[in-house]
Parts: sequence; structure tokens; C-alpha cells
Amino acid sequence: MKLQDPKLLVQPAPLLKQPLTTAKAMGDVAFALAPATLAGVWFFGLGALLIVSAGIAGAVLTEWVFSPSGQRRAKLLDGSGLITGLLLGLSLPPGLPLWMAFLGGVVSIGLGKLIWGGLGYNLFNPALVGRAFLLATFPVAMTTWNAHTGDFFAVQASILATPFLQATYDGMSAATPLGTMKFEGQSTPLWDLVIGKTSGCIGETSGLLLVLGGIYLVLRRDLDWRIPASILLSVAAFSLVLFLIDPAGYPDPLFSLFSGGLLLGAIYMATDPVTSPITPKGAWIFGVGVGLLVVLIRVFGGFPEGVMYAILLMNAATPLIDRYTQPRVFGKGIKTP
Amino acid sequence: MRLFKIRGGVHPEDRKLLSAAEPIADLPLPPLLHIPLQQHIGAPATPAVRRGEQVAKGQLLAPNQGQLSAPVHAPTSGRIVGIGSFPAHHASGLNVRTISLQPDGEDRWSNAIEGIADPFALAPAEIAARVSAAGIVGMGGATFPSAVKLNLRERYRLHTLVINGAECEPYLTCDDRLMREQAAAVVDGVRIMAHALGVTRILIGIENNKPDAQAAMEQAARLDDRIRVVHLPTRYPMGSEKHLVQTLIGRETPARGLTADVGVVVHNPATAFAVHEALRYGRPLVSRVMTVSGGAIRRPGNLRVPLGTPLQYLIDHCGGFEVEPARLISGGPMMGQPLPSTRVPAVKGSNGLLALTVEESKWRATMPCIRCAGCVRACPCGLLPLEMATHARTGDLERVADLGLMDCIGCGSCAYVCPSHIPLVQYFNYAKGELAARGRIKQKRIETKRLAEQRAQRMAAIQRAKREAMAQRKRAAAAQKSQATNTD
Repeated sequence: MKLQDPKLLVQPAPLLKQPLTTAKAMGDVAFALAPATLAGVWFFGLGALLIVSAGIAGAVLTEWVFSPSGQRRAKLLDGSGLITGLLLGLSLPPGLPLWMAFLGGVVSIGLGKLIWGGLGYNLFNPALVGRAFLLATFPVAMTTWNAHTGDFFAVQASILATPFLQATYDGMSAATPLGTMKFEGQSTPLWDLVIGKTSGCIGETSGLLLVLGGIYLVLRRDLDWRIPASILLSVAAFSLVLFLIDPAGYPDPLFSLFSGGLLLGAIYMATDPVTSPITPKGAWIFGVGVGLLVVLIRVFGGFPEGVMYAILLMNAATPLIDRYTQPRVFGKGIKTP
Repeated sequence: MRLFKIRGGVHPEDRKLLSAAEPIADLPLPPLLHIPLQQHIGAPATPAVRRGEQVAKGQLLAPNQGQLSAPVHAPTSGRIVGIGSFPAHHASGLNVRTISLQPDGEDRWSNAIEGIADPFALAPAEIAARVSAAGIVGMGGATFPSAVKLNLRERYRLHTLVINGAECEPYLTCDDRLMREQAAAVVDGVRIMAHALGVTRILIGIENNKPDAQAAMEQAARLDDRIRVVHLPTRYPMGSEKHLVQTLIGRETPARGLTADVGVVVHNPATAFAVHEALRYGRPLVSRVMTVSGGAIRRPGNLRVPLGTPLQYLIDHCGGFEVEPARLISGGPMMGQPLPSTRVPAVKGSNGLLALTVEESKWRATMPCIRCAGCVRACPCGLLPLEMATHARTGDLERVADLGLMDCIGCGSCAYVCPSHIPLVQYFNYAKGELAARGRIKQKRIETKRLAEQRAQRMAAIQRAKREAMAQRKRAAAAQKSQATNTD
């Protein structure tokens, strides 16, 4: 053996590493989202698959174009671009033109992530930045909900619309459960909400599959269970208060939990580690804040759905929450007897 | 017994099976021993032997220099062949003052070695003095002179002695083997230390992955009802002194304080064994048990190693390398130090020599931090490692210190869990070193200023004295002159 082997000189302790890597964690998220994605495609037809793919393509391509040529491979392999595109795609309505979905992916990665300095530096959830951009830019397309067509292979005309030329939204439109609740005061059967047989965004309808995926991620220790738990508990609690005050005017807590994008947002978007607090106490504050905002926007705001804005607003508060919730340092504040 | 929960911690694969079944074997004497004069925290020992001198085993080679220091003894009989500098058992590989001894093969103990029949009849201070004279230091790796800790009863109200048999570092089995094979001697050493400390309660904490050691110690501890062997959950870093005390008695040691602040002193089983040897037989600390392990070692095992043995000799005794090792470490894989070469000698604090293969040490390229907070959850000290590392990287060391850098115990739990493989501990060590260096520079500046001011004052005083003396001479001369004129 060589006495001064350079390999012996460098790596600092600890020399053991747990097997989980960032790329593996991203892979787990993609795996957990697969059932809900497939359910969305099953319910909304081939067009939904095209939209999700367009979102992913926009995100991954932007990541590739704006990465230094030497790092491209590594940047794509960390899987974060893929997850952003997938989450964006799942939060889009099933009749959205493909070019809009693609543009959303570009904005998600470009303005949501790269402009901040890349992975780990962004303040806001990239997928939601892309979605907020689309909602602000194409309000009509983003709030047109097509009903199930029944024919899996029939792709609606609006999906294939040419960029920037006025698309026609003539398909069979149907309001979302939250929309009917807000504007018509009508509830939807709970079971339909749980399995996802309603209208809504591609990936948000099947509550059951989203929850199963979430449980998988918690078991794999890929996400902090405190965030979804605190969001869902606080939404249930705040809705219950309103429901008890006026059962006719406000939705019941179970409806609130399973309708709209709450499960998708609470389990997969609010838990984005980059944009959520790092301390356990901070996670609870963050979650309760999201829950409160969701109920406030849904009930008193102009939109039927408020998950996106609730998460984005709490993302902005994350650095502040982190600053004030550091755990007590071992031995600090203990008096010497 | 009810245990208290500590926050954080990790569960690395312990990989102790590689060497746990191997009984402690005596390592044959190497052809040459290199005994560093600094094998402990504090001032180095000063050599008291000359080149060419014949020494006996256990003979004092270099007495300690002051209270916070430890003497060094001859690990075997032989001839001193040199007192010079030799690469240290340290990552830096820098040279330190070292005595080289050529064994004569007789391994003959010095005649001056004499034990005590009943150490419990001695005064506590006398026990501490003997422990100090035997050169015993904390053998868990910290190498703090043990006698200083045994004298804590003078300044603190102590009630409990904790024996840290957690051995939470993966791979290491030296304490495990020692407790299994020498349980009675370890317990005897523990009782002697308890006598010196004047405590009423003794807790021996052993992790649950060492059931044989737990059983052996329980058996040996029966003769003293103050002793309780506590089964600890297997969790890293259970062996961190303050966290162990927290687990056992539920009291948190004040930040930057000593466990003595809460009335507890912690010692290692190997230290207890050394105390037993020193008091009962008068034998100073001249050898220790080391684990030689890792996937690259052909025959991993536990060896009783004379201090000063070159590590290459240990490796050769264990059959050499099966494959070329990727990492060579002194200590455990979580907190151990990389070794600069295999020439360096075994010292009092060496508990393990690990040669890890590429697969075992799993080096991966660093990726951006995704703020997953795994490190925050793993940190047993309640710190935010990712924030500290970010600030250390940008050079904002004051902020790192504000975030609690000095409360970091360097256990490496954060870097272990990091999915992006960020070398967090490396950042903290850099920040600690840099802050210490800045402190020294500041201290130096203050000191220089003080000295310069003193010099200016001294100079001014000399000038003044000169002037006064001159004036006095002048006056005297004038007076003489006038007197002379008067008499004329």
C-alpha cells in the first residue's frame, strides 16, 4: 500500500451515509403521484395525458436550456424539473390548450426556480408559480372545466388549439364541485369526491389515490407529515366552525377536505421542502396558516378555490417562520446550579 | 429504569459483527515503538530519559508538565533509540516530539511497580494522584486527563458516576469486548473511581446491541448494590457525554458547561479498566484495546496494543488488506479522523483503526441543499445545520456562531442523513477553526498593544529617572562648588 495515498487524505467524517438521495426522493414522489395521474387520465381521456406531458416537457426543456452545458445531465437526473412539470400538469384543467400547459412549464422552472438561483433557492413553489401565471394570463381557459366525454381517445379541439389564436371553448362544460357549491350552493356526493368522479383539475379529483400516495411518502420518510396533517386538520376545524354556525350556507368539513385541489396541494405542493419551514414547530404554523387561508379564500374570496394562493402566501412567510421557530439548543437556558 | 428521550439522532448500520466475536488478542511486540509525548489534551510531557538508556516496562519516560497533562511510560522494556519528531496520530500528519524505543523482547516490568491491596482505604486525593501518575486519560477518544475529572468533587456536589459503555460508533467493538472479557476488572475500576468521587450512585450505560456485555457487567456488578447496568436504546450519538446523562437521569447539562454541573461525572469502561490496573497492580497505562476492522481488512479483530505501535504492524497482524482500502480512519466512521499514513503510532486515545472499502464509505458528489430539514430533525443539539452551513460558506462566521456553532458536538448526524451529501461537519469544523484563529489574532493584538504600552511607560520612567538623576547630580555639583567657593 502506498503510504501517502491521496485518497486517504480527503473525505471528512462521517464516512457512512444513509441511502436516501435527493434524486431517489424525487423518484418516490413521482411514484406516489402515478396512481392519481393515471386516474386523471382515465377520467379525462387521452387529452389529459397530453396536457401533463406538455407541462413536463416545458419544465424539463427549460431546465435543460438554461443549465450550463457541463451540468445538464446532473440537473435533469435530480428529477426536480420532472416533478415540477408533473405537479403543474396535474393542477391544470383537462381542456387546456397544450401550448398553454407547455408555457406554464417554462414559467414554472424559469421564473419559479432558475431565476432564484436554481434548486434549493426559490422562495415560492415553482409549479404554483407557473399555475398562478397561467391563471392570471388565461383566466378563461384556466377556469373552463370540461365534463367527462366518455370516449377515452377523443381529444377535445380546445386542447390542440394553435398558440395565441383565440381558442373555442365549446366542449361540454361542467362546474367543479367547489364552483357549484360557491355559486349555486349545491354539494356533491362525498363518494364521487373520494374516488374522483367529478370535474376539476386533472390530478386533483381522486382524493383516495392522493391520500394513498401521501401515506407512501410519509412511510418512506420523504415528506414531513406535519404539514399535510396540520393543513387538513385546520381546514376541517375552520370549516366545522363555519358549518356549525350556518349548516345551510357553508360546506361540511368532509366536503371541504375532499373537494378542489386541497389534497393535491396539502400533500404534494405545500410539502415541497425548499419552500416550507425546516423546523417542526414551523411546519405546524405553516400548515395552520395554509388551512386558514384556504377556508378564507374559498368562503369569502372571489374564487371558488384558494389552495394555490394560500400555499404561495405561506411560502412567502416561510423565512420568517424559520427565524422564530428554531428548536431550543441543547443546554441553552439551563442554569448552572 | 425509566429513560429520558433525547431529540434527534440517527440509526446507522452498526457493522459490529465484523469484529464483535473476536476475543481480545495480545499484539506481539513490534521491532520499534514510537511513543509521542502528547497523547492527551493539555501540555505535552517532558522527556526524562536519554538516548541509549535502557528502560523497563512501565518506567516513566516523560513526566507530565503541569496539572492538565499526562506522563508517558515505557510500553515494554528496551533501549531508547531516539528522542526526536515523528508523524503524529492526527489527520495533519505533522511531526510531534516522540520517543523511539527498541524493545529487547523480554517485556520486563520495572521493579518500582507495586500495587495496593486495598485501594478503598486510600484517601480520594491519593487515588487521583495515582491515576495521574499512571498517565491515564479518557480512553473513549477524548483523552482528557482522568485525574482532573476524579478531582471534580472538590468543586462540585457530585452524586452519580456514569460509565459510558454506549459505544455508539459503528464498527467499534473494543469496549464491548473489554466489558465481556474483563467485567470484574472494569467493575473494580469503576468502584475505585466511585470511591475517589464520593458518589452514591453508579450507572453503567450499555446499548442494546451489546447484550453479552450487558449480561457480563450485570453479573460482575452484583457485588455492589450502588451499581446499576442500564440498557440503552441503540441510537447514535448515545455515547455523547451530555446526551447520555440526559438519557439516564433526565437532566440537561448547561450549554458549554460540564456534566459535573448536574452532579455527574462520566468515564469510559476502558478508563475504568486502566484505573483498576494502576491501583491494584501499580501498572501505568502502556497498552490499550483497539478494534481493527472494516471491509478491507482480511481478519478484523480486537487487539491489546502496546502504545506507540505503528499502525501498519496492526494491519499486518490482521492479515493485511483484502482489497485496497478507500479510507483509512482512526476511530469510528462517524467522528473518526482520516489517517495520513499507516506509519503513525497507536496512542492512548486510539479506539479503532478502520480500513473501509469504496462501497462502505459511499462517497457521492455534493448536490444543492433542498432544505429537506433532515439535518434539523437529526441534530441532537437542536441546531439548524443547513443554515449554519450556508452562512459558513458565505463566510459570515458571526452568524454561524449566533446560530449555535459552539454548541455543536460534531457528531455528524446531520451529514449522515443529508440526501444531497453536503459535508456539513466540514463546514462547522472550518468555522470553528477560523473563529478560533480570529480569536487568537485578536488576543495577540490586544497583547501586543498592552506590551507596547507597557514598554512606552517603562521607557518614559527610565527617561524621567535619568533626568532626575542628572538634575540631582547637577544640584550636588553646584552645591559642592558653592561650598568650595565658601571655604576658599
